[in-house]
Amino acid sequence: MSAFHTVIDLVYVAAASCFILGLHLMNNPATARRGNQVSTAGMAAAVAATLALIADSGAISVTGWIVMAAGALVGASAGLYSARTVQMTAMPQLVSVFNAVGGGAAALVGIHDYMTLADAGRGVPGSITVTTLLDVIIGAVTFSGSIIAAGKLQGLITSAPVTFPGARVVNLMLAAVALGACGYLITTPSLPGLAIVIVAALAFGVSMVMPIGGADMPVVISLLNAFTGTAVAMAGFVIGNWALIIAGALVGASGGILTKLMADAMNRSIGNIIVGGFGTGDSAAAVLPGAGAGVRAIEADDAAIQLAYASKVVIVPGYGLAAAQAQHAVAELADLLESRGVEVSYAIHPVAGRMPGHMNVLLAEANVPYPQLKEMDEINPEFSRTDVALVIGANDVTNPAARRPGTAISGMPILDVDQAKSIIVIKRSMGHGYAGIDNELYANPKTSMYFADAKKALAGLTSAVKTLVG
Amino acid sequence: MSTALLTDLVIFVLSLWVGFEVISKVPATLHTPLMSAANSIHGIVLVGAMLIAVTANNAVGYVIAFVAAAFAAMNVVGGYVVTGRMLKMFRRRPAPAENGKSS
Repeated sequence: MSAFHTVIDLVYVAAASCFILGLHLMNNPATARRGNQVSTAGMAAAVAATLALIADSGAISVTGWIVMAAGALVGASAGLYSARTVQMTAMPQLVSVFNAVGGGAAALVGIHDYMTLADAGRGVPGSITVTTLLDVIIGAVTFSGSIIAAGKLQGLITSAPVTFPGARVVNLMLAAVALGACGYLITTPSLPGLAIVIVAALAFGVSMVMPIGGADMPVVISLLNAFTGTAVAMAGFVIGNWALIIAGALVGASGGILTKLMADAMNRSIGNIIVGGFGTGDSAAAVLPGAGAGVRAIEADDAAIQLAYASKVVIVPGYGLAAAQAQHAVAELADLLESRGVEVSYAIHPVAGRMPGHMNVLLAEANVPYPQLKEMDEINPEFSRTDVALVIGANDVTNPAARRPGTAISGMPILDVDQAKSIIVIKRSMGHGYAGIDNELYANPKTSMYFADAKKALAGLTSAVKTLVG
Repeated sequence: MSTALLTDLVIFVLSLWVGFEVISKVPATLHTPLMSAANSIHGIVLVGAMLIAVTANNAVGYVIAFVAAAFAAMNVVGGYVVTGRMLKMFRRRPAPAENGKSS
């Protein structure tokens, strides 16, 4: 190995170290920004080293340079534009799109490598075939699956689970076709065989995500993130590049951990979610306000007085808050209460929002300081000392029925909202959450229901607090 | 199994363990930026996409090189920019003009 190549390899090692250090610095909001900068620097170094390597090899044609530069320019512009303009509520779609393009690029690296080797006519070694096929299959499944997931989140494709009779048989057949083609390819290099694998994998990605409901999307996105990482690591095996292997494995691990956390917080196994189940999407049946026995309604003035004279208020935000674009309204109310000496914190359930940690980002955007955001384990013991728990657009994660066996959500970890001295629930109607069951919290004698759109309700509360207790 | 493949496998497995160790310490508050950061890291596939352009020598090869470079570059640039944008919003206190720093 020449001195030049040694230097290039050392740069790759340094880049991989930057990625690990960058992720390590993410363990604290105070250092996280620096982590992102370190990681960016590593990436820039890796790309610069690759450019030097390509220039030094002298094997690249002028067309090659132009194609590479044009592609990178187009992609970079698209990435920059979408990253600058995306709404924070649309983050899950964007992450999903980035998963798709990352997985797609990894698959293309494998496809091209295989084509080059097969063209050369010397045969393709078995070990390379295996990693290439893994790269192509995982990458293609991620590509089509992530596009479907993004479409569902954006509302371009119905978020309800789409199934048809025999869907499972079709899935099994696709898997069988892909595996059969793989078996053939290991003994005989064949481009049509590779095409069959690609098509089957793309179709499998679609049929895997279509039956999954909107409520399960946090898990799906995490899982596809893990897939992308694994595909990139496989691409690293194919081209023999350690930087890709290390970076891909890191992402695979992070996606795996987040998938597990999300599935646990929903009390479901990953397999159960993939096979499809009760994640019936956003269209919970609307029931008229006031339906349901023993529910007490409340108006803005009464609620405002309860909040204003409390000494400790815990706000429980759910996705309904983000859907109503009410993050800023809730932050304004919290500021007002704090200025009156009320202790305000937020209880964040692990699956609040559309991806892991989504609610935290939405509240951070509304200038809520992060020390006020409490995780479930941290806030649950505090509910018994809480005067008012204000539940906004959260449903199943507050349902005490989860503590009893025999319900659809039994065993799911919940926020112990019912331990608070009093509870105010802001909700548009008595409609059900994703689990499709009654929330026993609403019938609790300590609970008052404030039927309104979250944003209007919060603005109403803020002005009522100002006028009544100024 | 060749030595090269075995070495690659060792690196892959050890990196998985490092990933599990490092990432399980990240608080739930930062899980969305974490996923976004992980997203930009898998943009390293750009290195692989660039290398395609070296061996491409026909129309199909160039198309693949172009699409792969575009996909990977979108992944890298978009990922890092949006992660930075999110992390910028995380503040300890919404105090105006904290140490004279602008938001």
